[in-house]
Amino acid sequence: MQVNDNKDFQPTIVAFCCNWCSYAGADLSGTNRLQYPANVKIIRIPCSCRLNPIFILRAFQRGADGVILCGCHPGDCHYTTGNYYARRRMSLLFSMLDYLGIEKERTRVEWVSAAEGAKFAATMNEFVDAVTKLGRNHRLEDLRCKKQ
Amino acid sequence: MQRIGVFVCWCGSNIAATVDVNAVTETLAKEPGVVYATNYQYMCSESGQNLIKDAIRDQKLTGVVICSCSPRMHEATFRKAAASAGLNPYLVEIANIREQCSWIHKNKEEATEKAIILGRTAIAKVQLNAPLIAGESPVVKRALVIGGGIAGIQTALDIAEAGFEVDIVEKKPTVGGKMTQIDKTFPTLDCSACILTPKMVEVAQNDNIKIYSYSEVEAVKGFVGNFTVSIRKKARYVKEDICTGCGLCTEKCPQKNVPNEFNLGLDTRRAIYIPFAQAVPKVATIDPNYCTKLNTGKCGVCEKICTAGAIDYTQKDEIVEQQYGAIVVATGYNPIKLDNFEEYAYSQSPDVVTSLEFERLMNAAGPTGGVLLRPSDKTHPHTIVFVQCVGSRDVSGCGKPYCSKICCMYTAKHAMLCREKYPDTEVYVFYIDVRTPGKNFDEFYRRAVEEYNVHYIKGMVGKVAPSGGKLKVQASDLLNNEQLHIDADMVVLAAAIEPDKSARPLATMLTASMDTNDFFTEAHPKLRPVESPTAGIYLSGCCQGPKDIPETVSQASACAAKVIGLLAKDKLTCNPCVAHSDELMCNGCSSCANVCPYGAITYVEKEFRQPDRTMLVRRVASVNPAVCQGCGACTVACPSGAMDLFGFSNKQIMAEVDAICK
Amino acid sequence: MENLEIARELERISGVNPRKCMKCGKCSGTCPAYDKMEYHPHQFVSMVETGRIEKLLESESLFTCLSCFACVERCPRGVEPANIIEAVRLMKIRPQNENHLHAEQIPELLDENLPQQAIVSAFRKYKK
Repeated sequence: MQVNDNKDFQPTIVAFCCNWCSYAGADLSGTNRLQYPANVKIIRIPCSCRLNPIFILRAFQRGADGVILCGCHPGDCHYTTGNYYARRRMSLLFSMLDYLGIEKERTRVEWVSAAEGAKFAATMNEFVDAVTKLGRNHRLEDLRCKKQ
Repeated sequence: MQRIGVFVCWCGSNIAATVDVNAVTETLAKEPGVVYATNYQYMCSESGQNLIKDAIRDQKLTGVVICSCSPRMHEATFRKAAASAGLNPYLVEIANIREQCSWIHKNKEEATEKAIILGRTAIAKVQLNAPLIAGESPVVKRALVIGGGIAGIQTALDIAEAGFEVDIVEKKPTVGGKMTQIDKTFPTLDCSACILTPKMVEVAQNDNIKIYSYSEVEAVKGFVGNFTVSIRKKARYVKEDICTGCGLCTEKCPQKNVPNEFNLGLDTRRAIYIPFAQAVPKVATIDPNYCTKLNTGKCGVCEKICTAGAIDYTQKDEIVEQQYGAIVVATGYNPIKLDNFEEYAYSQSPDVVTSLEFERLMNAAGPTGGVLLRPSDKTHPHTIVFVQCVGSRDVSGCGKPYCSKICCMYTAKHAMLCREKYPDTEVYVFYIDVRTPGKNFDEFYRRAVEEYNVHYIKGMVGKVAPSGGKLKVQASDLLNNEQLHIDADMVVLAAAIEPDKSARPLATMLTASMDTNDFFTEAHPKLRPVESPTAGIYLSGCCQGPKDIPETVSQASACAAKVIGLLAKDKLTCNPCVAHSDELMCNGCSSCANVCPYGAITYVEKEFRQPDRTMLVRRVASVNPAVCQGCGACTVACPSGAMDLFGFSNKQIMAEVDAICK
Repeated sequence: MENLEIARELERISGVNPRKCMKCGKCSGTCPAYDKMEYHPHQFVSMVETGRIEKLLESESLFTCLSCFACVERCPRGVEPANIIEAVRLMKIRPQNENHLHAEQIPELLDENLPQQAIVSAFRKYKK
C-alpha cells in the first residue's frame, strides 16, 4: 500500500446512490447542513442493483480515486431484493479489483437509509479520508483517456 | 445536433450564497450542445417556469438541464413545465446543487467548482436522454385493510362510504382491537365500548366491507393499483356461517383453565370461546392449544351441545387469493414486555399491574366486574402508585427511546377514576414530565390534580419491593429534594408501547420501509403523513407512531381519503423508466427473468431474418412495461448486454461517470 | 468560568456527558444511601453540568456514596451518575497527594471508620 505524502491531493470520488434510500439520505444530510468534502459527486441510480460493475471499472479507468455504492439497508430495498444482488456483485468485483491492485479501501458498499443523513455525511468524510491517505489511483487508469 | 438549455436557480440565497451562479451559468454555456444558459432567483416559481417554457419554445430546445434543488423536490414540477411547452418531460435532467452542493459546502470556490461538474454531468446525461411516454395500468377498485382495530375500522368505513369495496384482515377472532379492552376514554371519560361497538356493528353490516377475522396476510405480490394478496384464514374449527354465537359451547366446554387474553390473563376462559359479548363476528373459536378433542381425540362436548351443528374438528387453514388496488396497514401496537424492569417487581407481585391490566380491573366487563380489587387477595387497595415512562424515553437499551405519547393522559384518567369511585384511596403519580398537548388535555390533567387531589410527584420510582402483603415503593421527589418511602397496595406501570410484532414481516412483504423502532415510515413526515414511500401502501394508526384515539381516527380518515383518491382513478400512469431488451442481442438465457422480483420478464419465440436471408426462430426476453418497476437488476444480470433501462441507460450512467472523472 | 473548566475536566475523567440527563430522578429514587447524602445522585449530575463544583468537593456526600452502581444500572438515559461521583471523588483525593494506597496497606486500614466506598474504589483503582 502506498502512503500519500502530498497534502494538497484532492481525490475524485464517485458515489452511486439508490434513489429511494441513499439519495434521500444524501439530501437529508444537505437539509441538515452536515458537511462532507466536495470531492464526492453523486450519481443517482434507481436501485443499488442497477450498478453495473462496468460503471466502476469505467470510473477507475477515467481516473476516479474511489468509488462508493450506497443502497437501502438489507430487507428495506424498495424493490425487495435489489440490494442483495448488489452486495453479491460488489463483493465479487471488489475482491477482483483488490487482486488487480486497487486497494480494498478505495471501494465500498454502505447501507444508508433515507433517515440517515448524519450517517451519510460521516460515511463520506471517512471514505474521503481513507482514499486521500492512499493517494492517486494509477492502476486502472487508461492513459488514452487523458488525451485532450 | 442537440440544443440544450441550462437553467441555474439561486433558490433565493440557498444556492446563490455559496455557489457563484453567474460563473456556473457562463461555464456551462460553453459546454458542447448547450445553446442557452441563464439563471434566476426562483426557478420553481411561476415566472421561473415561464422562463423555461419560453426558452424551450424560442430556442427550440431538445434537452433541459436545471441546476437547482434535489430532483426529489421539483423534478415533477419541471417536467410538467417542459411538457406544457411541448418538450417530452423525460428530456429534463436536474443537477442537484442545493442539497448535495450549496448546503454542505462553506467554501464558495469549492462549491462553485462542484456545481459546475454536477451541471456538466447532467448535460452529459441529457444528451443521451430519449423521449419516453408513460404507459397506463388499470386500478382494481377494492382496498385491503390489514388490522381491525379502531384505525382499520375507521379507514374501512370511510372507504366503504365512498362506494368502494374493502376487506379487513384481522388476526384475532374479532375486530375491535385494543379499544375494546379500554374502559373509559380521555379527556371526556365516555365509555370506550359504547362508542366503539356501534362502529364494529356498522362494519359487519356494511355491504361493501368483508371481514376476514382470525386471518393473516400470507403473501403480497404486484404493485400499486394491482396487488395480489394471499390471506390465510386460520382454522377456527367452527363453521363461521352456521354458528349463531349463542355461547352455549363456551359455557359447557370442560377445559376451563385457559388464560383469557382479552382480560390479559387476569382470569380464565374455556378452550372454545367468544372473546367478549360484543365480538364481531360473534362466532366461537376453538383454541387448538388447549382443546382436548383436537389434542387427544377424546371429548367432543361442544359438538354435542351445538344445536346449529357448527363445530367442525376437521377444519383446515384456508388460503384465499384476492386482488386489491390499495393496501392499508393498521397493525397497531402492544405494550412492551416488562422483563427488563425487575426493579418494579412486575413478575414478583400480582399487585403490580400494567395500565392495560388496570384498565380491565376498572372495566365493568372485566374480571372483577368493574370493582377495583387487588389481584392478589381481592381487597380494595387504599394506596395506589402510578409510575409513568416505564420503558419510554429509555436509551439504555432496556426500553424504547421514544415517548409513548398516550401514557400521561391515561394515567391522569386512571388516577381521576380511582379518586372518583373510591375517594378513600390515596393516589400518587410519579412523572418525569407531564406531556398533555391536545384539545382539553391539559385541563383534564389539571382537574386530576386540583379537583381530584391526585398527588403528582416529579421524580421516579427506583424500587418496588413486595413485603408483608404491601408493596414498598422507594422513589425520589425532586422538587422537595427528598426520597419517599410509600407502602402501596397496588402499583400501576405505564408501560411503553411498541409496534405489533407482525409489522416487521409485513413490511418486508409490502416492501414498505420502517424505522429502527419498527414503526412504518411515512412518505414525508409533514406533507405525506399517511402514505408509505411505497406506492399504494397507506398507514393508519399506531403502526406509524404512538397515537391516542382521536389522532388515530383522524389519521384513519385521512388515510381513507388517500385510498379513495387512488381507487377513484380508472388508470394509473406508469413509470416509463422501465427495462427493455434488444431482441437482436438477447440470447434467451433467462438470467434476467431469474433476478426480476416482479416476474415482469417473459420469453417469446420470435422469427429473425438471418444474413443469408433464411428465417430463424429464437427465444428472446420480453419485458411487460406495466409490471416492470425499473429497478435495473436485469440490466446487470444480462450477460450479452441486451437489457437496458430507459432513463438510466448504460450509456447515460457511463456518460455521467466520464463527466465526473474528467 | 473556572468552575466550568473543572466541570469539563470531570466529564473527561468520568466519561459521562451530564447533558444526556433528562432529570427523571430515577437514580435518586433507587439510591440506598440517599438519606446519608447531602447531595444526591441527580444533584451530582446537574451540579457538574452547571459547574457548581466547589460545594460538591466540600461535601461529605462524596464518601457516603456506596458506589453500588444502582443509579448506573437504573438510569434510562445511560448517564452513569456513580461515575460522576467517582470522578469528583478522584478530584478531591488526587490533589491531596498523601493517601495513595498500596495494596499491602489495605488490610491495616480496615477499621470501622473507613468509608466502605473508599475500599471499593481503592480496589478498583489499584487492581492493576
